Amino acid sequence: MTALAALIRRDIKIALRVGGGALIGVLFFLTVTVLMPFAIGPDLPLLARLGPAILWLGALLASLLTLDRLFTADHEDGSLDVIVMGRTPLELACAAKALAHWLAAGVPLIAATPVLGLLLNLDAAATSAVALTMLVGTPALTFTGMIGAALAVTLHRGGLLLAVLVLPLSIPVLIFGVAASQAAITGPLSFGTPFSILCALSLVSFVVGPFAAAASLRHGLD
Amino acid sequence: MFSGLDFEAACGEALAVVGPNGSGKTSLLRLIAGLLVPAGGSIGLEGGEAELTLPEQSHYLGHRDALKPALSVAENLSFWRDFLGGATGNVSECLTAVGLGHATYLPAAFLSAGQRRRLSIARLLVVRRPVWLLDEPTSALDTAGQKLFVGVMREHLASGGIIVAATHTPLGIEARELRMGGGK
Amino acid sequence: MTLIDLANPSKFLALTARALPWLAGATAILLLVGCYQAAMAPDDYQQGATVKIMFIHVPNAWLSMFVWGVMSVAALGTLVWRHPLADVAAKAAAPIGAAFTFLALVTGSLWGRPMWGTYWEWDARLTSVLVLFLMYLGLMALWRAVEDPSRAARAAAVLTLVGAINLPIIKFSVDWWNTLHQPSSVLRMGGPSLDKAFLIPLLVMAVGFSLLFMTLHLAAMRNEILRRRVRSLQMMQASQQAA
Repeated sequence: MTALAALIRRDIKIALRVGGGALIGVLFFLTVTVLMPFAIGPDLPLLARLGPAILWLGALLASLLTLDRLFTADHEDGSLDVIVMGRTPLELACAAKALAHWLAAGVPLIAATPVLGLLLNLDAAATSAVALTMLVGTPALTFTGMIGAALAVTLHRGGLLLAVLVLPLSIPVLIFGVAASQAAITGPLSFGTPFSILCALSLVSFVVGPFAAAASLRHGLD
Repeated sequence: MFSGLDFEAACGEALAVVGPNGSGKTSLLRLIAGLLVPAGGSIGLEGGEAELTLPEQSHYLGHRDALKPALSVAENLSFWRDFLGGATGNVSECLTAVGLGHATYLPAAFLSAGQRRRLSIARLLVVRRPVWLLDEPTSALDTAGQKLFVGVMREHLASGGIIVAATHTPLGIEARELRMGGGK
Repeated sequence: MTLIDLANPSKFLALTARALPWLAGATAILLLVGCYQAAMAPDDYQQGATVKIMFIHVPNAWLSMFVWGVMSVAALGTLVWRHPLADVAAKAAAPIGAAFTFLALVTGSLWGRPMWGTYWEWDARLTSVLVLFLMYLGLMALWRAVEDPSRAARAAAVLTLVGAINLPIIKFSVDWWNTLHQPSSVLRMGGPSLDKAFLIPLLVMAVGFSLLFMTLHLAAMRNEILRRRVRSLQMMQASQQAA
């Protein structure tokens, strides 16, 4: 347990210090969201209708782009070798790294949602619905995205390839995240159904993500 | 890469893996460390703790130092102590032992290549592991650092440890040679 | 006293240590007087008491652009004249500029609230300020991304100058985009038609906030110089061999 706590603490520290990328994700989220009205037009009712979709897309891209370095940074400086050899199962170590990433880069996205909701003319109920679905849904993005991040180590490539690999995997999260937010704002669907499916997706990703990432890392080291 | 290789090392013994570039020294060490999967054959540790695998009882000191420049020297070392677990030592004592006591609270980014190597050697000291796998361990070290490292290795062997080191230069300790390449 | 004399960080520290209390005092007095006058100013017949937000909003909006100007001059100082304090000035100004821009955004949104019925309207002026705010944040992220300040300085200087050239283009595009969709904005600052009762407090506040910027900027530059000294001391300590 101390081993996992140490790993989480280290990753959060690195993300928040100079050179760390935690807050750049939020900045990206902010910029993408602000860009949307320039393409759509400053039509407030329309923005309010599209708001949840815009916020979810922004959060999806922001959390994926920051995942890029999740394992490659450790691979480049040799830390990954030592982590693989450690007595902590690699699956748990991967899960701890993903959790640390979510705490440092995912939670700020959720915290920024109310401000961005204001820009998109969402009322308080709609904003809290979006924030709630993100709180439940963004872990799923991180934990599926980590599979791509682990593959990036094997392939010696990150960036766009990672996005191409992982974006299709995150479609279900996008569908049910936006559906749940829309259900809370306009109906007619009940909020509970898509929201429970979103929770289920997150829970499944907690299991699948670490195992797939660990398997990929074990075979990808050379 | 290579085949037909058969060797063993006993407690308190050092094995120097020598051979030209590309003969597979690094690959051999990574095989023992469990970082590569062998195409055939087996590697094992007799004795030791029964429920742990060989990599879990080994230290691997590769070409890269496994350090984070954003963290302080002490933070780097205490992370590895907490993460690797098992029998552990005192962080500040180990830093003093490798001559980095003065830099304890400085960011690792400020260290020179030799100092970074000393810090990764401190990892071997702060967590106790019977098997040390060393890949060109002394390449970045100055004369004083090499002398210090010889002392560290002697102590490890005296306490019943095993060292397998890939090297071009003499290790400075009594070591059996395992020559690789050249028709093997 | 010329710019060359100021190039020596120790002289700069000594000089600013003497100047800062006076500057801070002048800032406090001007801002207090300005606030008092603003509070005493009559309500607008259309906007009521909300018009008083103007006394905060306008100086902040003015400074949000002025600070980028200061950073652009500093960027030239870094790239062309290689003045040793230029990148210190540029780095210290960015968070302060971002803070003024943020205040301009918040006050603008509060000002618009009674008229728009929402806290945010994609009004041309406010939107340009929002884009400026994003650029400040991007610049701060750039400063943070590189550990070695002198290496970050070049990149930040180039970005600042590109931003300075781009800002009018962005402003023009946003205006054009906005008029495409809706009639002109609610936040109008009738320049010459502004009543004297408003103009004098506004000027006092503008000067007060400008002095506030100078005070904060000099203090932040001092901090940055000291931070770099600590950094080089640490590097010296790291290179020491253990006894």
